[in-house]
Amino acid sequence: MARIDCNHIRHAYGPHPKSDKDYALKEVHHAFEDGGAYALLGPSGCGKTTLLNIISGLLYPSHGELLFDGKDVTNLSTQERNIAQVFQFPVIYDTMTVYDNLAFPLRNRGVPEPDVDRKVRETLEMTGLADMAKRKARGLTADQKQKISLGRGLVRSDVNAILFDEPLTVIDPHMKWVLRSQLKQLHRRFGFTMVYVTHDQTEALTFAENVVVMYEGEIVQIGSPAELFERPKHTFVGYFIGSPGMNVMPVAVEGRSARLGSQTIELPGAPKAGITGAIELGIRPEYVRLGASGMPVSIRKVEDIGRHKVVRASFEGRDIAAIVGEDEDIPADPKIAFDPAGINIYADSWRVEMGG
Amino acid sequence: MDKTWNNKAWFMVLPVLVLVAFNAIIPLMTVVNYSVQETFGNNLFFFEGVKWFQEVLNSPRFHASLLRQFAFTGLILLIEVPLGVAVALAMPRSGPWVAVCLVLMSLPLLIPWNVVGAMWNIFALPDIGLLGYVINAMGISYNFTSQPLSAWFTVVLMDVWHWTSLVVLLAYAGLVSIPDAYYQAAKIDGASRWSVFRFIQLPKMKRVLTIAMLLRFMDSFMVYTEPFVLTGGGPGNATTFLSIDLVKAALGEFNLGIAAAMSIIYFLMTLLVSWLFYTLMTQSEAEG
Repeated sequence: MARIDCNHIRHAYGPHPKSDKDYALKEVHHAFEDGGAYALLGPSGCGKTTLLNIISGLLYPSHGELLFDGKDVTNLSTQERNIAQVFQFPVIYDTMTVYDNLAFPLRNRGVPEPDVDRKVRETLEMTGLADMAKRKARGLTADQKQKISLGRGLVRSDVNAILFDEPLTVIDPHMKWVLRSQLKQLHRRFGFTMVYVTHDQTEALTFAENVVVMYEGEIVQIGSPAELFERPKHTFVGYFIGSPGMNVMPVAVEGRSARLGSQTIELPGAPKAGITGAIELGIRPEYVRLGASGMPVSIRKVEDIGRHKVVRASFEGRDIAAIVGEDEDIPADPKIAFDPAGINIYADSWRVEMGG
Repeated sequence: MDKTWNNKAWFMVLPVLVLVAFNAIIPLMTVVNYSVQETFGNNLFFFEGVKWFQEVLNSPRFHASLLRQFAFTGLILLIEVPLGVAVALAMPRSGPWVAVCLVLMSLPLLIPWNVVGAMWNIFALPDIGLLGYVINAMGISYNFTSQPLSAWFTVVLMDVWHWTSLVVLLAYAGLVSIPDAYYQAAKIDGASRWSVFRFIQLPKMKRVLTIAMLLRFMDSFMVYTEPFVLTGGGPGNATTFLSIDLVKAALGEFNLGIAAAMSIIYFLMTLLVSWLFYTLMTQSEAEG
């Protein structure tokens, strides 16, 4: 177990990066605490797998350094770093039995056979593969194969960290829940440092205590699921997390009020003076109140998705989404109001603090 | 729904039937015809039953060329398959050199077989050929036209030069189809270079290697042009393989009955070994 520090890490796949565009990873400066469970969340191509491979040593960063417990490991090989990693698609050794597959990482490191046997049996139990230990790994189903891959990651108890690269992509939905909760249990029991890459917000929010949101090669926000929801630091986090995502609309700010078309919206505080750039107001659909008073909207569509309804409406010529309770009625002459607690102001996509 | 039966449709396959008949069935039946009859010219034929077959199977000459054939094919497989895999492993997986390597590898395969024979004949001549001259200059007596060992060495080397590329290209195709994740996982698991080969690359290449070995078996078992041009089967009968012996019997000595019987035995043997080989390779896969 180790604390992992990424110090100003940048990475470009091309040999001569010139502009920021050439970097798959622009600059990551972040510490993964010892024993923490982190999710790296972001859309495809945002650099999360790059960051993961840099931590495991499959890639060496173009710039910056990587520390494990304060020790510089930037130039060490994967093996010397002692890291476990599970990949998106199951990797199994076809010609070996399930048992030998799990024993492989241990035997490669010269672990004595009695210890190998004990560790492998534990892992077989943990992953529920005990009854097929003697079978050849070939011809198993995709989720059994992925369990073997997971098992090979978990079998070494002395690893500095376990990295998961979208490991549940190929798994059936019901198995996803089972495996994910098993991983959480393992984390609680053994306190591994875990980094879990995913583009699925549900997966990230249920797995991790700390979610690291990445966008275009940068970390845009690190926080608990609640923080990401209430106070998205970047409009991307607002869009990406939540269903539907945050409503973002361009506004003009004057003191404690924002103007959008003919409407004026009261802000919870005055954004600090002198903000420049494109100013936007962000509010999650959960904080948009639909009722008989407020600003007029025209409703385009109501989606009933079970526990609540999503109302899609037009507000000052812009699309806006609001969430109303399952039993609430949609008024004939709909108006909306914004709950001040849910209002965020963004300048050039980054959140601006508001004074009281 | 009722199926529509249209017997006129059979005419559609007629061209194919005619084609197959002319290029496979009719020549084959001619051979069968010869193998059971005796002819003294003037288109007179007498039925002889299995006499030619008995004669061929009991002939020491056939045994000798069969033994030479198996020795040659065995050597070829032993050298070309491991060498081909080794070369494929050493080739780059990406970058500008891939194209260069692939073109270089394909070159020997593009040269007509008799040209290969002629090339090596001149190349290996002890007085004016580069290879022959260099070997003799090193103090080793080498002359493929008079020494059986030299002749064998040259014939095998020529085949290795000509056909290892095929194994390389097939093995390479198998190698590049392995996803990167396998190599990454192996690194994470701390696998040695040998383990990566043994547990990842070799199993993933197994299918293409089966094909490569099958092709190399069949081709080398039927080899004719190159050794014929290079040594003509000599010195003596030292490099007279089955096909060369067959042509000698048929066209040199005009023993049509013997030659026809030999052709059929030869054909059945190639078929049998190929089938055995393929069955064994695919069976072990089904078990695994």
